[in-house]
Amino acid sequence: MTFFIKIGRNTLNILQGVGAASIMLFQALVGKPEPRKMFPLLIRQLYVVGVQSMLIILISGLFIGMVLGLQGYTILVDFGAEQALGPMVALSLLRELGPVVTALLFAGRAGSALTAEIGLMRATEQLSSLEMMAVDPLRRVVAPRFWAGFISMPLLALMFSAVGIYGGFLVGVQWLGVDDGAFWSVMQASVEWQNDILNGFIKSLVFAIVVTWIALYKGYTAAPTSPGISAATTQTVVYSSLAVLGLDFVLTAVMFG
Amino acid sequence: MDNLVEVKDIYFKRGDTLIYEDVSVQVPRGKVTAIMGPSGCGKTTLLRLIGGQLKPQKGSIRFADYEITELGRNQLFEARKRMSMLFQSGALFSDITVFENVAFPLREHTNLPENIIATVVKMKLEAVGLRGAGKLFPQELSGGMARRAALARSIALDPELIMYDEPFAGQDPISMGMLVKLIRSLNSTLGLTSIVVSHDIHEVMSIADHVVILANKTVVGQGTPEELKRDGNDLVQQFLRGEADGPVPFHYAASEYESDLLAGGQKK
Amino acid sequence: METRKIELLVGVFISAAVVALIFLALQVANQSSAMRGETYTLYANFDNIGGLKVRSPVKVGGVVVGRVANIELDPEYFEAVVELQISKSFSQFPETSSASILTSGLLGEQYIGLEPGFMDDDVFVLEDGDSIFSTNSAVVLEELIGQFLFSQGDN
Repeated sequence: MTFFIKIGRNTLNILQGVGAASIMLFQALVGKPEPRKMFPLLIRQLYVVGVQSMLIILISGLFIGMVLGLQGYTILVDFGAEQALGPMVALSLLRELGPVVTALLFAGRAGSALTAEIGLMRATEQLSSLEMMAVDPLRRVVAPRFWAGFISMPLLALMFSAVGIYGGFLVGVQWLGVDDGAFWSVMQASVEWQNDILNGFIKSLVFAIVVTWIALYKGYTAAPTSPGISAATTQTVVYSSLAVLGLDFVLTAVMFG
Repeated sequence: MDNLVEVKDIYFKRGDTLIYEDVSVQVPRGKVTAIMGPSGCGKTTLLRLIGGQLKPQKGSIRFADYEITELGRNQLFEARKRMSMLFQSGALFSDITVFENVAFPLREHTNLPENIIATVVKMKLEAVGLRGAGKLFPQELSGGMARRAALARSIALDPELIMYDEPFAGQDPISMGMLVKLIRSLNSTLGLTSIVVSHDIHEVMSIADHVVILANKTVVGQGTPEELKRDGNDLVQQFLRGEADGPVPFHYAASEYESDLLAGGQKK
Repeated sequence: METRKIELLVGVFISAAVVALIFLALQVANQSSAMRGETYTLYANFDNIGGLKVRSPVKVGGVVVGRVANIELDPEYFEAVVELQISKSFSQFPETSSASILTSGLLGEQYIGLEPGFMDDDVFVLEDGDSIFSTNSAVVLEELIGQFLFSQGDN
């Protein structure tokens, strides 16, 4: 009996959270656009959310590509199929690892920072003070951060895939001696513009919305205390990661199934 | 008397906790009104209700020509342009300088050219004695200076009403003295109406024209400082004299002391 | 930090993403003109398509000229009807051309190989919606082994 009560209560709580988060996002994004005010804010947030995440994305991408090259080579060489290394590296990065790993790293690097920043703004009454100055904190604080996340993550995922493929090339061709021409031409023969690159891009757009949204909502509703903010930051990373992995399965099933 | 803010018979519950029952407060125009009371009695909540950040379950709150409890989001923002609030922490934006903090409301709500904004900001900073600190970031200011900078920001748009939330809390005697002087002088020179929430009795009694004492979810005393000193209510007298025991008990409600000790190791 | 520096770095960020996109588009993805630009449709019927799939390539002499757009089963003759999308730049196939289902390498993908036929005065050029009559089905390993055993038995 209590088991069912628990399930019911949790479901209601989740639904309530999703509803409240939707209302928040709606109020933040819908309304009279004010490009003159929004643009400088957006640039600033692109810097915080995008530029500052770039280094970790590039380095992780390079290493993951190199590992893929090495692992792929040792497996493929047994079948004498090391020329298939190119497509293997490119397809795993473009379809899966690029969008997914970028989203996970983004949640840890930028998402947690967004949550903590907004939570602290709430704790130090900066949000209340905006409201009292007749400035809507949803439009002023939440909206530019949302757009910055929405724009940055797909771009970061593109960089991740590109650098990863280059990493695979370094290991496969430069180090292990797979034929240079075969590496690229076999890759080009099996990577499709729409099927692989575009679908990967769509995936990262979806992840961008979900991760940024969770981070902003968790920050905006964080309890204004140190344990509250720390819990909200943890929840951002955990919920974003789970949402990204779950959605990835659904999207993969729809796109490539 | 002409009242800028009139709070009438409000009833406010947060979650399951009843905070106000039938509270009515008048804030006369052009005067300094102090709201006092023991910690946790919801003084700050009253300010948030007047600012429209919270809504009471019952009752009415009038500010100028607005009925705050019935306003939609946009009208509420219109009303808030005519009032201002100084938060306990100052709530300066930590990523921009003091100058930009004071300029913020001007840039948001006016289309003034940059040189006029600069002039206004310098005037406001001069009024709080911080004209030399415009280039500093909030974290480089002392607590008292941060509060004065926040004060400059809250008077940037020349509001009619300014609400101070615990302006003296955690200040050393010198900055406390400065703030007391500022509140009084801003009130008379700019012709604003002030509401000061505090429990620093002496400072408040020295500047307030009208005092409201909140306790036990309602107003226990209201009037000029002189009237209150003669008030017959025990609670008012305990509060004004700062006595340790009285209608507000020293001990938090607990079981019988002796039996609690005799119970030994068992925690209760 | 100064606004100018932030703007500069955001500019660098966006440019880096554009460079990545160009790299992916030019160096990684295939640029066979077959799927871009205008195409026309041909049909071919096979008894057995083996492992052919939608989006498998259509090649002439090893060069990709189109893709398999759709595969259906003819409900009357129980034949597989394969819809081919061929690039408009290869629009001169005579009706005597033949289509075979071939395998690239021993374990590779299956694709359709188009063999252009002879050209003559009374031979028409295949146009949008036409069918290729001469087709060779996929080779099924089991049948191959069966035939081999059968012919062994005869000897």
